Amino acid sequence: MKFLSTSKPQGLLKIIIFGIVSLFVGLGLAITPANADAVGEEFPDAVTGNVRIEGEPVQGVGISLQGEGYSAQTVTDERGRYFIGVPVRGVYSVTIDESTLPSSEFGVEGGATQEVEFGRSDRVVKNFFIGEAARDETSIFDQIVSRVIYGINFGLMLGLAAVGLSLVFGTTGLSNFAHGEMVTFGAVATFLLVSTGLPIWIAIPLGVALSAGFGWALDAGLFRPVRKKGLGIVQLMIVSIGLSLMLRYVIQFFIGGGTLQLPGFDSPKIPLFGAVALSVTDMVSMSLSIVVIGAFAFWLLKSKTGKATRAISDNPDLAAASGIDVDRVIRIVWIIAAAMAGLAGVLWAYFRPGIKWDMGTQILLLIFAAVVLGGLGTAFGALLGALIVGILIETSGLLIPADLKYVAALVVLIVVLLVRPQGLLGRKQRIG
Amino acid sequence: MDWGSILGNTIQAFLTPTTIAFALAALGLAMHFGFAGLLNFGIAGFMAIGGYGYAISVLTFGLPWWGGMLMGVVGSILFAIVLGLPTLRLRGDYLAIVTIAAAEIARLLFLTTAFTDVTGSADGLFGFNSRPDGSGFQNANPFPVGEYGFGPLTFNNQTIWVLTFGIAILGICVWLLWTLMRSPWGRVIKGIREDEDAVRALGKNVFAYKMQALVIGGVFGGLGGIVFAAFSNVSPGVFVTSLTFFIWTSLLLGGAATIFGPVIGAIIFWVLQAFLANFLSQLAVSGILPVSTTQASTLRFVLVGLGLMLLVIYRPQGIFGDKRELTFVK
Repeated sequence: MKFLSTSKPQGLLKIIIFGIVSLFVGLGLAITPANADAVGEEFPDAVTGNVRIEGEPVQGVGISLQGEGYSAQTVTDERGRYFIGVPVRGVYSVTIDESTLPSSEFGVEGGATQEVEFGRSDRVVKNFFIGEAARDETSIFDQIVSRVIYGINFGLMLGLAAVGLSLVFGTTGLSNFAHGEMVTFGAVATFLLVSTGLPIWIAIPLGVALSAGFGWALDAGLFRPVRKKGLGIVQLMIVSIGLSLMLRYVIQFFIGGGTLQLPGFDSPKIPLFGAVALSVTDMVSMSLSIVVIGAFAFWLLKSKTGKATRAISDNPDLAAASGIDVDRVIRIVWIIAAAMAGLAGVLWAYFRPGIKWDMGTQILLLIFAAVVLGGLGTAFGALLGALIVGILIETSGLLIPADLKYVAALVVLIVVLLVRPQGLLGRKQRIG
Repeated sequence: MDWGSILGNTIQAFLTPTTIAFALAALGLAMHFGFAGLLNFGIAGFMAIGGYGYAISVLTFGLPWWGGMLMGVVGSILFAIVLGLPTLRLRGDYLAIVTIAAAEIARLLFLTTAFTDVTGSADGLFGFNSRPDGSGFQNANPFPVGEYGFGPLTFNNQTIWVLTFGIAILGICVWLLWTLMRSPWGRVIKGIREDEDAVRALGKNVFAYKMQALVIGGVFGGLGGIVFAAFSNVSPGVFVTSLTFFIWTSLLLGGAATIFGPVIGAIIFWVLQAFLANFLSQLAVSGILPVSTTQASTLRFVLVGLGLMLLVIYRPQGIFGDKRELTFVK
């Protein structure tokens, strides 16, 4: 089921070209559990799902089903899956036999007997997640603390990408929709370097360097010529959308539609204090972000080019009139923005975890949310915005369903534009 | 190389419910962007609201098909108002970011498992076009069972009913847009696009005009989603931001500030897509192009992106547009 809806544009075309018929066929194919221990396969409708203990599938767990004058039972296969066909769609209760669990220490989330109801599909999925019985005793305070720390980790990663986007906007007026692909580029470049046999600690700096080169190429090959041609900011924006589509599919052309992993993505989480557990990659990722952002801030505030960058963001004509080489500074801004986006891509690949052709697109709107929240064109505003967005996304999971957590960030984006369109650190100016 | 099948499949793309849905959505964008200068990057959200509004009204509330479609239209009107109230006073690029975010919010709300009973979450909704109680869209099909058309443009009675319905809706919308743009109202709208402050100085309520334009274009987009849903199922995987970008490509291809440009742009977009899909995969199969067929189907989207860039850089007024009526004024 999932692969149909997540393969976005191909999914779109597949649906369009083959129409509803193939979709029904596809639905059937996608969930036919070839290996599951199945009963009632002759029926058109079925209840299916899997049983996992702490994320690991368990074999041989008894599952029984009752309802609509019908009952059946089965056991899970080696992938923890079960499949029970039913004669009619309706309401059934599914019971997991707790005596067949490996240990009585475990508790089933939501109870051993759970109800399922058929919707409009011919399959109902009921998964059982089992954890140690003691696991829900984390206090709400500890949960908040740990979520905030994950949020800071995510926010720092987002900040790396956001300051670049904000600087490019400040100096050129371009809302760069291809920034997401610059994030993906860093991760993919690093992956390709790793697959040539390089160790990861060499591959990451090289990947970031390649990203920097990519930023140089984008400005030299595309954005500088179109600026010289006199395109307006809206035209530039649509050019960046075209570029984003093109790069996205070029990346898919080379790495395919699947998910790739960098080495060390599954490094174990180490419990630190309270409910906080971070892996070594998490800790390295956070320190790396802080160091890079610190160096960037120093560059922006103290160096000559950094000062020139801020001058151009303030007033490009005045900056040019006072002898600043605007084109040179914009070139440097592109290189730095791309390098930081590339590094953010590597960290995002560890955070997700996994490298996918549309991974940059997934966070593009969050990057925009961070930039707008902080104030378009202000680098430190973007950083602050990114931290707020990161923490908000992670902590909102305590209140709203996890698959709606990005909605919280996007709603904040719209509300900020409503009440304070210049952002938190932006100067008040007419933008309406 | 099987030129016959390439040609046949290409001709088929000329007239499909999807092409009509794209044309309707592109027409809505022409109203928004081409005539009123509003940078709406959330047209996929309008389509999603239209399509889901129709499907949910029929499945959950048991409305007949025309009532459901009406609810889809009402939904897109409400979406336009909710979106317009906070954002229409913002500068163009801000509006772009907000509309793209709003469309994504709508999609995520249709995708979440929290409302599975109503939205079907990732599976989407189906079975709303033919209803057991005879109130569905296909139950009202006046065409007897059989094949219609000739050559590659042969359709079964269900498809021909969707096509007839879609073309009728498209025709009404084209006529409406054409009439509106020749009216005094249309001249004010174009004036806002060219110079908002000048129109404000003439004593016009610019905000109200923009809101009206947003609602009308939004209804066109919602109708696009409804025509799409009348043929297919609705699922959140369809209404992604890429859909918005593809519709923008169709619009800019035909010409943003034209009446027939969006329609012809949508047709060209899908005919080219079908041609490239078939042509590239045949090149891959016959070994002329050293790529797999999956890679070949990815290539055509690369070409869409490249085409969009070249179009905006070298011919921003589109194929049928007038250079004097450039919409990229700022």
